[in-house]
Parts: sequence; C-alpha cells; structure tokens
Amino acid sequence: MKPFAIDKTNGLCAALFIAFGAFFALQSLGLEIGTAFRMGPGYFPLALAVVLILLGVVILVQAVRFESEPIGHIAWRGMLFILPAPIFFGLTVRGLGFIPSIFLTALIASFASGRMKPLTALVLSAGLTLFAFLVFSYALGLPFRRFGPWLPL
Amino acid sequence: MELLDNLALGFSTASSLTNLGFCLIGVLLGTLIGVLPGIGATATIAMLLPITFQIGDPVSSLIMLAGIYYGAQYGGSTTAILINMPGESSSAVTAIDGYQMAKNGRAGAALAIAAIGSFFAGTVSTFLVAIFAPPLTAIALEFGAAEYFSLMIVGLVSSVALAHGSIVKALAMVVLGLLLGIVGTDIYTGTPRFTLGITEYADGLNFVAVAVGVFGIAEILRNLENEHERSVLIRKVSGLMPTREDFRRMAAPIVRGTIIGSALGILPGGGAILAAFASYTVEKRVSKNPGEFGKGAIEGVAGPESANNAGAQTSFIPMLTLGIPANPVMALMIGAMIIQGIVPGPNVATEQPALFWGIIASMWIGNLMLIVLNLPLIGLWVKLLTIPYYVLFPIIMAFCSIGVYSVNTNVYDLYAVAFFGALGYLLTKLRCEPAPLLLGFVLGPLLEENLRRAMILSRGDPSTFVTRPISAGLLFIALALLVIVFLPAVKKKREEVFVEEN
Repeated sequence: MKPFAIDKTNGLCAALFIAFGAFFALQSLGLEIGTAFRMGPGYFPLALAVVLILLGVVILVQAVRFESEPIGHIAWRGMLFILPAPIFFGLTVRGLGFIPSIFLTALIASFASGRMKPLTALVLSAGLTLFAFLVFSYALGLPFRRFGPWLPL
Repeated sequence: MELLDNLALGFSTASSLTNLGFCLIGVLLGTLIGVLPGIGATATIAMLLPITFQIGDPVSSLIMLAGIYYGAQYGGSTTAILINMPGESSSAVTAIDGYQMAKNGRAGAALAIAAIGSFFAGTVSTFLVAIFAPPLTAIALEFGAAEYFSLMIVGLVSSVALAHGSIVKALAMVVLGLLLGIVGTDIYTGTPRFTLGITEYADGLNFVAVAVGVFGIAEILRNLENEHERSVLIRKVSGLMPTREDFRRMAAPIVRGTIIGSALGILPGGGAILAAFASYTVEKRVSKNPGEFGKGAIEGVAGPESANNAGAQTSFIPMLTLGIPANPVMALMIGAMIIQGIVPGPNVATEQPALFWGIIASMWIGNLMLIVLNLPLIGLWVKLLTIPYYVLFPIIMAFCSIGVYSVNTNVYDLYAVAFFGALGYLLTKLRCEPAPLLLGFVLGPLLEENLRRAMILSRGDPSTFVTRPISAGLLFIALALLVIVFLPAVKKKREEVFVEEN
C-alpha cells in the first residue's frame, strides 16, 4: 500500500475547477433561478456550476488514487513580464497616448526573456513603436490619441 | 447547374481585386506567424484575428481570415519539416518523416510534396464543400431549438473525445468554457451575470481577448519555459522540384489522404487532427516497405499533409451550414462572424450568398496562392526560423495588445487577455487542453438560448429532446461517442494514439 498522497497536478486541477464551480454556483444563487418551463438567468449557470464541481470531485478522487505527470518547469519570469504588458497598455493607452504606451508595453514584454539585452530591448521597442504608428495610427487610421493628456505636450 | 452558378458567384466575389488582395495578405501573414516555431495555427489566427476587423466589409474580412488559416497551416508544416517543431498536433505527423527527409538533404522535395498534396486536397475538398453545403443547409433550416441544442451537445462531446489526455478534464474544460461564455447580460431578463459589477463586461467577455489569452499568451509562456537554441537544419533549401519517382510515389497517398481527410474533417470536434494520423497509419499499412516510415518516407509526408488540408477545408461544412464549429479554428471563425454582425447558421447561405460562396471560392484561391507564393518564398521562411525568440515576444505582445484594444476600444478587454493568458497557461500546466474550453465559450450563449427556447416551446417538458426524432438521434450520437471514449479498450488505444503523436 502506498501512503496516502495527493497527486499535485490533478489535485491542483481539481481545486481550480471546484473553485470556479463554487464561484459560479454562489453567483447564480443570487440570480433568479426560475423553473424548467421558464428558466431564469440563474438556472442554466447553476446547473453547469454543479456539474463543474462534480467533475472537479471526480478529478480529486483520481488525484488520490493515481499519480500523473509532474507539473514541470514554470515560466515565472515570463509570467512576470508578459502578463503585465497588456494590463499596462490598458492602464496607460488613454492617459499617455498610443505612442508612449505601446513603446513601454513592448519594453516590459522584452524583459520576459533572460537573453534580452537592455540596448536591444530599447532599439526593438523603438522600431516596433514606429512600425505600429505607421501601420495602425497612420495607415489604418485607428482612432487612438497619439499622445495623451498625461504628457505636457 | 445551380452548383456552377453558385461557384461562379463565389469566384466573382472572391476574385475581386480587393478580396484577392486581402486573401493574399492573409496567406502571407498566416505563413509568417505560422512558420514561427511553437506557435500553432490556432494561436496564429487568434493573434491575427483583431487585424481582420479593421476591414469594414465582412466578406473581405472573413476571406482574409480563411487565408490566414491556410497560411498558418502551411507555415506549421514548414516548421515541422525543417526543425521538427510542429506548432500543432496535426502537423506533428508530418514532422515524423518530413524531418527525416530534410536530414537526408531532401527538405526541398518534402516541402514541395507537402504543398502539392495540400493543393490537390484543397481543390477536391473545396468542391466537396460546394456540393454538400447546400443540402445540409436545407436540412438545417428544419431545425428547431431542441435540434440545435442536441447538435451543439454532439459538437461539444466530440471535442471532448478528440482532446488529448484525461476525458474528465476535457469535460470540465467544456463546462468551464460554457460558464465563461454566458458571462454578461442575460438576453431574456437583462440581468447582468457574473460581471463582478464591472459594466464593461456587460456585453460578455470579449471573444478575441479570451482566444488571444488562452491560445496566444499561454503559448508564449510555454515557449519561455526553457529557452534553448533552435537548431535550424538547413540554411538554404535547394532541389525543390520532386523527381519523377517522387511524383509516382506520392500520387496514391495524396488521393487516399484527401479522402480520409475530407471524411474526418466534417466530424465536429477536430477531425483534422485525427485525419493526419489516420492517413499516416493507412499509408504505413499499405506500403510495400513499411520499414521506411520514420526514416523519410515520401508517403508519410504526402498522405498526412493532404489529409490535414482536406480536413481543414471540409471542417467549414458544419461551420457554414449549421453554425457549429468543428474545431477551435472554426470557433474563431464563428466568433469573427458574430462580431461582424453575421449570425452563423443555415440562413447565411440564403441571405448572404455572396459571402457564403465567396468564402468557399476563396478556399481554392487561397490554396493556389500558397503553392504559387510559398515555394519561391521558402528561402525567406527559412530565414524567419533563425529569428531568436526573445525578439519575437515583445513584437507579438505589442500587436496583440493593440489588436485586442482596437476591437471594442475597451481597456477591460486587455485585462481579460492577461487573466485568460494566466488561466490558459495554468490549465495547460495541469494537463488540460484549451480547445474544448474555447468551443464551450463560443457555444455557451447559443446552448443556453436554445435550451430555454426549447423548454418554453415544450412547456417545461424535458422529453422534447428525445421525442423529436432528429434531436433524439443527435443525442444518441453524443451518448454513443461518450460511451465509446470511456470503453476500456478504446481508452487504451486513444492513449496510444496521443502518445505516439506527441
């Protein structure tokens, strides 16, 4: 007999699904459920959320009984720089304007890789900004402000 | 002949100078991104999707999107053959023998064979789409809410059956996708649901943001896990023209691959992936010297590549006629149509014949462009393979950000990109396939709407789904599929298939 142990990959997976299921179930309960004849806005999501929780439980049971592949290496550095890039763009595109915002977004994303050198990152971001300006702002004429109100221009 | 009239309408639509131009741009861009190693066709399309919305005309925009699809697929095969790094599981099969051919100094021939096979398959399956789409549309027009509901269940179940790894996880991904899909305002009562009080999400989560996050960003993160040098086998590809002997050997596999691919492509749930594998197995079985397979057999490139492309084409049939996506790429196409204000389904063919037949005709034109353009440009694509990854990421991130923002000028869509990027990456790390999630996301609102409508029509009697014959038949198919994948023998075989594929 193996000692009681939960497989990490599947355990985490089950927890994630159950958490999502619980979130949707709780939120659905706050909505009108209705009847099978006239379903309210909460009926279908509540049913799905319950199914999701049940599937999560099945995965949890499997996690206790079987071992699966390990999670493996995680790209922490990548996540640290890649994920904030679109958020930063969203936060600044109106205030700073399209041009400075896209330059800084590209610069942030550049550092996702350990191989990028600062100078290369600067040159790349500058070139990219010029290209984006020419294609999106000039040629396609997207209605973005090029420089925003945060800048004293 | 109605078929010829329809095709003529399609070709006149697709061959207008603007549409040819957009098709060309699509094919080029698709190949450009698709050739980047580790980035598959779905990720390519997700990343390029926002660009197509900048075109005002839905026909041109969808034609360009279709062009991107073919380009991305071809780009994927190029990467598979030259550096043995398939972006998508469908080109994983090509990598087996294609890479070996490249190692033997026959990269040029392998690429040419892949292109010729794809073109032949594309031509045949374009006609198949033209022949089979109208009658299917006629059937689909008879469909009521109950039938639609059951049909979507079939689509979702088959996407589960064809996903890699655990079936339970794939089911959970579908359900999670459905739930995420219905975030936003309830259509019947106008109640906001699951928006966490953020009014920017009242129209639902942006489909483009979800697709870019789950496929694009997650794929970038996966590539960042271990940044090793890519060894590009060949700096210069020569000897593109296959020899007479090559032509003799590839003819039959191409025909067989086309048949297999066309048939499997129609299946909802990602038949194209199966098609390439099925074709490889068949070729290996009928070959006089099966020992050659895995060591650079021409048949092992020609068959799967044709099957792959035929499947890619015929998967448009359920999408165009029923509005049901057969694979994640078709889910992206449907998402694009909805954003363009077109409701996918049987009405598209009758209400917008120019769009419907234009897309079909552009399939063939796109394939022609691939073969005419890509073979001469192969040197350029090979150069692209040498661009280091760390240069690509910032470029992709910048364009994704601009692209997603440009769809609705909603900054919350950008936050959704980051969230779904993280979620998509986490789920892949936990060995959950993202494809069923995306299918669920697209079908979520449709499924709920049809369920509610069917229940209102039947006055709350759920037996309506099994007393209506078409609906009952569809549900039976879904149930049978589910039972089959859970059968121990099939389960084992299925695991073998996916292990070999990886």
